[in-house]
Amino acid sequence: MEKLDEIGKRLLMEVADLHSVPEGAYNIRANGEAVGRVSTANIDIVPKTDTSGIDIIIKPGTKNESVHIPVVMTQSGIKEVVYNDFHIGEDADVVIVAGCGIDNCGPKDSEHDGIHRFYVGKGAKVKYVEKHYGSGDGAGKRILNPGTEVYMEEDSSMEMEMVQIKGVDDTTRTTKAELKAGANLVVRERLMTHGDQRAISIYEVGLNGKGASADVVSRSVARDNSYQKFDAVLTGNDECTGHTECDAIIMDNGRILAVPGLEANSVDAALVHEAAIGKIAGEQLIKLMTLGLTEEEAEEQIINGFLK
Amino acid sequence: MLELKNISFEVNDDGEGKEIIRNISLQIPDRKLVVITGPNGGGKSTLAKLIAGIEKPTSGSILLDGEDITEMSITDRARKGISYAFQQPVKFKGIQVFDLIRLASGKRISMADACEYLSAVGLCAREYINREVNGSLSGGELKRIEIATVLARGSRLSLFDEPEAGIDLWSFQNLIKVFEGMRKNIEDSSILIISHQERILNIADELVVIKAGELFAQGPKDEIIPMLNGTDSAIPACKKELAAGGEV
Repeated sequence: MEKLDEIGKRLLMEVADLHSVPEGAYNIRANGEAVGRVSTANIDIVPKTDTSGIDIIIKPGTKNESVHIPVVMTQSGIKEVVYNDFHIGEDADVVIVAGCGIDNCGPKDSEHDGIHRFYVGKGAKVKYVEKHYGSGDGAGKRILNPGTEVYMEEDSSMEMEMVQIKGVDDTTRTTKAELKAGANLVVRERLMTHGDQRAISIYEVGLNGKGASADVVSRSVARDNSYQKFDAVLTGNDECTGHTECDAIIMDNGRILAVPGLEANSVDAALVHEAAIGKIAGEQLIKLMTLGLTEEEAEEQIINGFLK
Repeated sequence: MLELKNISFEVNDDGEGKEIIRNISLQIPDRKLVVITGPNGGGKSTLAKLIAGIEKPTSGSILLDGEDITEMSITDRARKGISYAFQQPVKFKGIQVFDLIRLASGKRISMADACEYLSAVGLCAREYINREVNGSLSGGELKRIEIATVLARGSRLSLFDEPEAGIDLWSFQNLIKVFEGMRKNIEDSSILIISHQERILNIADELVVIKAGELFAQGPKDEIIPMLNGTDSAIPACKKELAAGGEV
């Protein structure tokens, strides 16, 4: 932590709510190198030798522990690809906080592509929180292309909260998940783009075993001239349930393309998709204006609530 | 005091002008609870929207405490002290009951303060304060939350558009108590309720009857209610209204 400058510390707070060294296991990466790493009795963080990244090994039965692996970038022009693999033991119950903050005040693009693979053991329970944030007024772009793969064993569950509210110019998020019998995946994505930003979200979820279930919900706001694409495909290969939803607000010249896809390969697969895109309802603005808010204040309240 | 002077409101109906409100002049005095009633489609809700600034009159003027507010925005009227409870409460996504009451009060309020407004409209505050103001709430619950937002504002003029609509009988008893309580603590403010309910009419100081976009009758409750009931006493009251220049 001592190696981080003030901007780095601020980014760390934005992406991981960290004011100081977190409790439990952690790995803090800043400008391409580890600036802090701690393993615990049950959670081992091992740097990879063949490529950039770490292995996070969580012992079976580990309960109520957390791992923080935030990344901050404050130097302009860095481009990195990092591979982090999570091996979550059977019946473990853990919280994993990732996230990346980029501050780019320089002329060159800064890019962090985090490839996360989760191997979730039988009966294990994971809550995963990932926040992305960009700041700085340089001409260089802030680019994040996270790739997430989730392999879920029987009766495991994973809840993923993915948040990108501000400042990331270009992002392509690809999330693939394969679920065995009884596994449950919940994804809550919150996204706001502004300026000329572009954000692509791709989900491919395979429900491969009896009783597997997935619920993928995205709430997003596209302002100014920004563009978003939400592309979620659920494939039901056995008796399973799946639901995907894109609920989006467009403002100014914002554009959103929602491409929900369902593929049922079993007669017992029950799959649902919902997608709604529109501007803020006029009556919502009017209601808040009758409480004394200006139209702009009303818009902010509606969006803050929507993305809460 | 709220004053409407010769208010007319016309909408474009397939290329033809259709008058919804015709030359209505009306005063809502301070320290009075006034109920506007009349047949459906007569223009009552439109009148409420004109007062709140959601619609602008085609002609005429609206004065609040002598100040002309006809051209003022919804926001400015709200800040001048006009509150408006919608007939169909608006649903949101993500905005919680506490958020709405906090915004209505216009200041930082505690959970306990917000809960008091909810209790006042007969909702168990603990169960509702963190709920989202969305479709998971019933029509009656939304309605009571809507009324709680008006209570939280504590305005010069509180305007309720058919508060009884969508409310079950049990809640309605409670609602009458809410309005009785508001009447008791009215101080220098005024309350305007659009309603068809006899029990709400009965707690009014004054009644206004709007029919086919026009002011049909206005006066103390005791004079107007017999007219509405169509009893014998309605006839002289009706005649009196005509003699006073009322257009029927």
